Amino acid sequence: MDIAQLHYMANQIARNLAANGDESAIAATAQHITDFWEPRMKAGLFASDRAALDPIARAAVERLAPSLPPDQGRQC
Amino acid sequence: MGYERQPDFGTPEVSSATTVTLAIDGREVSVPLGTTVMRAAALSGGSIPKLCASDNLAQFGSCRLCLVEVDGMRGTPASCTTPVAEGMVVHTQTPRLQKLRKGVMELYISDHPLDCLTCSANNDCELQDQAAAVGLRDVRYGYSGESHLGLAADTSNPYFDFDPSKCIACSRCVRACDEVQGTFALTMDGRGFASQISAGQAGDDFMASDCVSCGACVQACPTATLQEKAVKEIGRPERSVITTCAYCGVGCTFRAEMRGEQVVRMVPWKDGKANHGHSCVKGRFAWGYANHQDRIRSPMIRETIDQPWREVSWDVALTFTADRLTAIKTQYGARALGGITSSRCTNEETFLVQKLVRAGFGSNNVDTCARVCHSPTGYGLKTTFGTSAGTQDFDSVDHSDVILVIGANPTDAHPVFASRMKRRLRADAKNGGAKLIVIDPRRIDLVLSPHVEAAYHLPLQPGTNVAVLTAMAHVIVTEGLTDEAFIRDRCDWDEYQDWARFVSDDRHSPEILEAVTRVSASDLRGAARLFATGGNGAIYYGLGVTEHSQGSSTVMAIANLAMATGNVGRPGVGVNPLRGQNNVQGACDMGSFPHELSGYRHISDDSARALFEADWQVALDPEPGLRIPNMLDAALDGSFRALYVQGEDILQSDPNTHHVAAGLKAMECVIVHDLFLNETADYAHVFLPGSTFLEKTGTFTNAERRIQMVRKVMEPANGPDGGGMEDWQVTQALANAMGLDWNYANSGEIMDEIARLTPSFAGVSHARLDQAGSLQWPVDAAHPDGSPIMHVDGFVRGPNDKRGGKFVVTDYVPTDEKTGPRYPLLLTTGRILSQYNVGAQTRRTQNTVWHGEDLLEMHPTDAENRGLGDGDWVRLASRTGETTLRLAVTDRVAAGVVYTTFHHPATQANVVTTEFSDWATNCPEYKVTAVQITASNGPTQWQESYASWSAKSRRTAVPADPAE
Ligand code: SF4
Ligand code: SF4
Ligand code: SF4
Ligand code: FES
Repeated sequence: MDIAQLHYMANQIARNLAANGDESAIAATAQHITDFWEPRMKAGLFASDRAALDPIARAAVERLAPSLPPDQGRQC
Repeated sequence: MGYERQPDFGTPEVSSATTVTLAIDGREVSVPLGTTVMRAAALSGGSIPKLCASDNLAQFGSCRLCLVEVDGMRGTPASCTTPVAEGMVVHTQTPRLQKLRKGVMELYISDHPLDCLTCSANNDCELQDQAAAVGLRDVRYGYSGESHLGLAADTSNPYFDFDPSKCIACSRCVRACDEVQGTFALTMDGRGFASQISAGQAGDDFMASDCVSCGACVQACPTATLQEKAVKEIGRPERSVITTCAYCGVGCTFRAEMRGEQVVRMVPWKDGKANHGHSCVKGRFAWGYANHQDRIRSPMIRETIDQPWREVSWDVALTFTADRLTAIKTQYGARALGGITSSRCTNEETFLVQKLVRAGFGSNNVDTCARVCHSPTGYGLKTTFGTSAGTQDFDSVDHSDVILVIGANPTDAHPVFASRMKRRLRADAKNGGAKLIVIDPRRIDLVLSPHVEAAYHLPLQPGTNVAVLTAMAHVIVTEGLTDEAFIRDRCDWDEYQDWARFVSDDRHSPEILEAVTRVSASDLRGAARLFATGGNGAIYYGLGVTEHSQGSSTVMAIANLAMATGNVGRPGVGVNPLRGQNNVQGACDMGSFPHELSGYRHISDDSARALFEADWQVALDPEPGLRIPNMLDAALDGSFRALYVQGEDILQSDPNTHHVAAGLKAMECVIVHDLFLNETADYAHVFLPGSTFLEKTGTFTNAERRIQMVRKVMEPANGPDGGGMEDWQVTQALANAMGLDWNYANSGEIMDEIARLTPSFAGVSHARLDQAGSLQWPVDAAHPDGSPIMHVDGFVRGPNDKRGGKFVVTDYVPTDEKTGPRYPLLLTTGRILSQYNVGAQTRRTQNTVWHGEDLLEMHPTDAENRGLGDGDWVRLASRTGETTLRLAVTDRVAAGVVYTTFHHPATQANVVTTEFSDWATNCPEYKVTAVQITASNGPTQWQESYASWSAKSRRTAVPADPAE
């Protein structure tokens, strides 16, 4: 999957939830990705360069996939 | 059963707690107080002659045919204007009345052509019936006097004619246009004998007038003066079948009046609870596409998309398809396959497609075109209220005091409901008419139309819905206008307080946000106060809310506003999404979204999944599937390879046409199941011909959650030699070709499965619908007869905790689509009355006389700055692409904003729309695109190369082997 597109989507979710305060925004972003993203999208996001994500989205990804080795995030 | 018109009781139904009993011709009759003598007589099986009365119009009393005698009353009052009274004794047929009525009829007939035998209304004419009823045998005045005979007929409307020589000046047409439709297009000129009906100004014909061709006047006319052309051509119908319109989410029900297998006319069904006997031009008249020559009647296949199509038998096509799908699944896994359901298809068909994907393909990659229109409604209302649906029935609007319309254009997109709404808005102070607030970048017709004027029109900058709604909430909270008792009783108080604190912040005041929204702060304050304090407040919204990068936030902001003002859970209030296509609600209910099963249960919910797994005898993938845009992305990287598209044209309706085309091109097996070779079919390997709504049985669910039957009136035309199949049969045949062994004998059995697996449909079956006419879900043990209004005793969300209403903080996050020096204008898109969606059907009817092409609306200042004039060809360019179309200069749109529709493939408005989408659901942001407009002298290169590619990809080869 197009990583830039996945990052854009994750950041956009985080931005829209940010007004709830960091802790709640991180939890809600993580939950949103869990509920609505297809496995290859999740895998692509988790395996990508997390530094490129906004802080809330990055924290959400950390929470969902604390230790996923990058090569496991192969597309599909 | 032979053909009969629906009974007409003469005057409208009234409701009253008091019952009055009277005697009519010796029969004792009990009716509600306020009923007319005419209606009471009709209800008790009698029939008083009448010409100017009809039960969908207010009583008028002009023809004097309906006279009766009442004991103790002087003279002969008109029964259509005389209310019943307790103990009244009425005589409707006496020698005196007979004489009077004969005299009246003589006058009418002396000015009427006596060509009954050759008249197209012969045997279906009230004048003829009444002449017979009063026993008219001769006309004393002769027929030679001055008359209206010989006046020229107006045949300008493509669907009906107006022949003034047959007019009896009853003015039913004028009243139907005013009262029922609310367009005020007709007038009665002159008085007495000189009276004449005319459309618009003197010299106008119907086409040139304001007439919107709804047909209410045609239906009201007791003679052949206003009559459908089809009746002239085909003759009088001989039977009728009740069915449901397949166009918009109003869900009007019709009597399909048939002669053999030919539709003569569609007459709105008076007992239809969504439309109460009214309709618009599309449903009543635009059904001719079913027989259009472009209709594909045979399955077709091709190895690659650059080859011509080959017509083949169903067997060959289905085997070819199943083999390809199975090969792809074997090589790339189940997640490489997916399907798209259509909100144009029935619930049963939609349910079956998602079942094929989940149980047959083995993935959850199923989505629906609702993705691109109302997916934010699903998300937003589920989050706040607990169900993904509107809260009210349409009748609720009769009890509204303030109506807030945001991002919707009901008179064009939901015309029959708009007529209802206008009737409520027109009701005068005495009748407590409602006030109107319109929030829309464009001055839609509702803002100012005959006898309707909005109290406030807030012409916001496209893309700032959340900011405007937050500012309204700011006013309501900071000025203490909330309904605290309601909130404490039904919502989570802590969440409310978080929200209230958020909106109260100064940065959300209308004065500060004015810079962003361009809405006058004082108007905004006025509108917010009116909504909060004006009585029952109802919110109606459409795609102008959902098709934004903050579509879901806007839906939740609307829900917040309704909760904060206590406007949920009773008639006259609520949050009401106006659905675009006829079965958007149904498609969402039926589990078309990749993350949820029917009835909005998440695919990861083990108990819900177990129910389906047990019923279907197959294990389901617990992970959500791909949405349409994700499918296209995945196709480009090779991990998604096969797509079954039923009744959808994603190439034309989805944003960024180039991206959609590239995604489709990358796939190995695209199956299009549709009526016509649509734009998506240019990229397909298999074409499975579909059936129209006239050719199948099933159900549609309209915007008020009303489930209604669609009934087959003719055989499907999509198979050689009577081998036609309804769409659900085609899906079943494909499933069986893949080895699934499905055995539904009829669509009713599919509904039984839906009911078995979906709690909110538990009490629904075709038999139950036949008997009840329609049912609004939830239909379950607690609501055996359905639920016209939801959340009555508390929100559905958190049923065990009465305080289920959830306030959600919705922060305004500007879209990333921004204007700048290169693209200084904002494009927003919409639809118009006579065309429907991508226009596949309506473009193939005579509705094109009203909308032959898509036009670009631009404010005079912007046009002048660019040296452009009305009718000029212009180039419309965005970061994504460009197209050309012609310009309409109008101040309906604000400076800085341009507007167009997307009904015609030649325009390809979606070549310019971007891929930005709603943060929560990926619903595309159709309503905001930064563009530049410049002069042009014709179609762009893309349009031309597209046209030639399109012609090439639609070639059909002569069948090589006729035995196939
Ligand atoms: S067709 Fe409808 S809008 Fe036109 S004149 Fe008749 S009632 Fe009015
Ligand atoms: S056109 Fe028909 S409905 Fe209208 S006044 Fe004449 S007869 Fe009556
Ligand atoms: S298109 Fe909509 S309003 Fe028009 S007849 Fe059909 S359901 Fe009714
Ligand atoms: S029907 Fe009563 S006056 Fe015409």
